[in-house]
Amino acid sequence: MIEIVKIIAGALILFGAFLSVVATFGVIRLPDVYTRNHAASKSATLGVMSILLGTFLYFWIEHGHFNSRVILAIVFIFATSPVAGHLISRAAYNSGVPLWEKSVQDDLKGKNQIRQAEK
Amino acid sequence: MLEIILRISLLCISLAMLGLLYRVVKGPSAADRVIALDAMGINLIAIVALISILLDTSAFLEVILLVGILAFIGTVAFSKFLEKGEIIEHDRNR
Repeated sequence: MIEIVKIIAGALILFGAFLSVVATFGVIRLPDVYTRNHAASKSATLGVMSILLGTFLYFWIEHGHFNSRVILAIVFIFATSPVAGHLISRAAYNSGVPLWEKSVQDDLKGKNQIRQAEK
Repeated sequence: MLEIILRISLLCISLAMLGLLYRVVKGPSAADRVIALDAMGINLIAIVALISILLDTSAFLEVILLVGILAFIGTVAFSKFLEKGEIIEHDRNR
């Protein structure tokens, strides 16, 4: 039983590390701010959540130590990391960072002028 | 077996942080740098978790929550600064 749970924890940790590397490749290679944000805020979040789940399982099974702070950290990261991604992407759009030159659709274009006129 | 997995994962996350550091140095806009720093903070959480398994102690698990909160607050403050030019606003009728 303990060995099985250790294998599961190891698989979760490896999966999380793999997802972190994937997020970094996205952040390095993608062309503009918004696509980079898309890569970083999703993939890194899931990767770290999986690593923390593996940590929690390890301490619970190996030491019988139910650590609720790790659960709280998982919930906190799941709640706040996409919000941080949304905020920084919105700040980038409103401060005029250009989209990738090959992108075909910009639904927010012109909405800002309308909002400014309504004020 | 688990120790080898932990060392491989630490290596992967360290390489990931090096790639994000490249983006922090090079990134054309300020928002790129903030995104990369936020992801670095999140990877730092993973490093703390892995090292606390390697050292076999649960004394560092509070650091995970703390670094998560600090990374979130820093990103929110930076994005508000980029968008509005100030972090804490003073005028009431804006």
